[in-house]
Amino acid sequence: MIRFLLRRTVHAAILVFITLTATFFIIRLAPGDPLGRYYSPDIDPAAMETVRRQLGLDRPLPVQYAKTLQSFIRGDFGISIHQRRPVAQILKETIPRTLQLTGIALLLQIVLGMGLGMLSAMRRESSLDRSASVVFLVLYSLPSFYLAFLLVSVFALKLQWLPAAGMFSVHTPTTQMFADRLRHMILPVTVLAVGSAAALARYARGSLLDQLHEEYIRTARAKGLSEGRILWRHALKNAAPQLFTVIGLSVPFLLAGAVVIEKIFGWPGMGALMVDAIFTRDYPVVLAANFVAAVMVILGNLLADISYLWVDPRMRMSRGEPRAG
Amino acid sequence: MSESSKRKWLRFVPGAEWGRAGGLFFFLYMAVCLVRLPVLLDLAASPLVENRLGALIIMIGAVLLYVAAVFPALLRREPDRRRLAAWKGRFRTNRLAVVGLWFFLAALVLSLLSPIIAPYDPAAQHDPALNRYQAPSLQHPMGTDKFGRDLFSRVLYGSRVSLTVSVAAVVFASFLGLFFGAFSGYFGGWVDDVAMRVVDGLLAFPRLLLMLTLLAFFAHALWVVVALLAATGWMGIARLVRAEVLSLKKRDFVQAAHASGAGRLRVVLKHLLPNTAGPVVVAATLRVGTIILLESYLSFLGLGVQPPTPSWGSMVFEGRDVLLSAWWVSAFPGLALVLAVVACNLLGDGLRDAMDVKRA
Repeated sequence: MIRFLLRRTVHAAILVFITLTATFFIIRLAPGDPLGRYYSPDIDPAAMETVRRQLGLDRPLPVQYAKTLQSFIRGDFGISIHQRRPVAQILKETIPRTLQLTGIALLLQIVLGMGLGMLSAMRRESSLDRSASVVFLVLYSLPSFYLAFLLVSVFALKLQWLPAAGMFSVHTPTTQMFADRLRHMILPVTVLAVGSAAALARYARGSLLDQLHEEYIRTARAKGLSEGRILWRHALKNAAPQLFTVIGLSVPFLLAGAVVIEKIFGWPGMGALMVDAIFTRDYPVVLAANFVAAVMVILGNLLADISYLWVDPRMRMSRGEPRAG
Repeated sequence: MSESSKRKWLRFVPGAEWGRAGGLFFFLYMAVCLVRLPVLLDLAASPLVENRLGALIIMIGAVLLYVAAVFPALLRREPDRRRLAAWKGRFRTNRLAVVGLWFFLAALVLSLLSPIIAPYDPAAQHDPALNRYQAPSLQHPMGTDKFGRDLFSRVLYGSRVSLTVSVAAVVFASFLGLFFGAFSGYFGGWVDDVAMRVVDGLLAFPRLLLMLTLLAFFAHALWVVVALLAATGWMGIARLVRAEVLSLKKRDFVQAAHASGAGRLRVVLKHLLPNTAGPVVVAATLRVGTIILLESYLSFLGLGVQPPTPSWGSMVFEGRDVLLSAWWVSAFPGLALVLAVVACNLLGDGLRDAMDVKRA
């Protein structure tokens, strides 16, 4: 078991390194110049050269790459070219904001997705299950920006119950800060969670139904166990590894969703930061944001792998790969 | 004797093998082409490459639809024909899946024919000051946008981008996946180990972020979008094919092929790959929906196909400032998007059940 964890961790570290390298060369070999927006006919070319030298952009690419790696290992992400502050400081502000959205969305996704999926599996082939399947399918097929526009038009613009964008209202008394923040989070979190919850519900229903054909379920039925107990105690336990994989793999979807959602709702998180940095060619920020995203995604997968050990005692004995994949 | 040869000839009439619905779309397509023949000829003779390409695509579309409509007749081997008939029989019992198939075919036909059925030029701005933000009417079934452009025509043309990009990307991704999966599964050993680590690594990467980075830093021409979507989307199919090949290669018919002296390449191409068709078709269909969504996200963020070429994602984006006053600007393209994706997913689900594929 320890060997399994160790191997997974090494894999994860290699993956992070490859991601970092790939991102570095992709953004540096592409056309475009982070100083492009400062060029103008009146500017002294010598001054531009000085700035370029200060930023280290004049050195050969391999040297810059080595320097970047060195500082990443030290935990130094460099200085943003446009915001003129350390990238680490920017990330320290934006990551928690994105985690607030994605964390709550992930929680909602698991609770709603698993709950509704199990309910559907329990009442399989009933009219409830059938209509739920269609609803899941539509929600799963809905582009999140379209859902966002629909919800904003109804709840923010028409009914004016909720704010349309932003993270807080100005002039809020300190005592109501928390409630105000919550009100701002309702729409983005809903939009973010709905699609992935529907996907998980579909998946959970499918894999639970697959389990119900197995022989051990017939045995459980023969013992006279109730349907709910069979599903909860037997089928769910055996479907769990697959479900954990799916939940782990939903982390990149949530992060990608956050990019779109943060842009729509004006939420100043990492997704919005990333899009802006990409458009302004802010190399250090793009690199660091991609790095953090990769770490989060890989961590999600690692957690899913570790959770196999937790649900499946057989895995703790063997040192093999997880069965589901 | 003459009876059977007559039947043989009849089988190549669209609709004879698939049933009425199977031929309907082909005849509908040809009818529209006939009615709008003058427009089609104009396009074909136009000096603009785009227009000539549109006309060419319409003709290729006719051939493809014909092939699809008489597909069962083209299968020579009896077991293949029987398997297809069994799939069809099971598929038909799923009403939702049939609806999905109809919607998908309708979308495909409309998008192929968009140059000859769109009432207006999607980029033409006729007196924007006068025509902007007109509500849906008989003249403009979906209203007009900020520049007075006809939204119905733009939604029609937009389907070309969404559907061509996603179908092309999925086809390329499937080929990549087939290739990687088949060889990884067949050779096993360290080849398999390395290939699967690569797949794991790519799967772990947030795809939209990768696409964003690549598209923002390089040109975003149509073919770049397709290539990137294909390059980042083949891993799931590769895993699927590998799993199938792993279980197939122990089967008797593969051993028999080896024993009768078939080369490795021949075994992979002739015996293993054809038997993975079911799962791959299902997975590919389900992926078309996902890719339509992904493309719309890219367009929405301004990184997909560039204006004035209409794309559903960017059209929804254009309506963001007028959600209440001119709801139709983003409502209709969004609706088209949802319908197309729902149709793909219904179709994919139906195919999965009909072909009895476990996971895709």
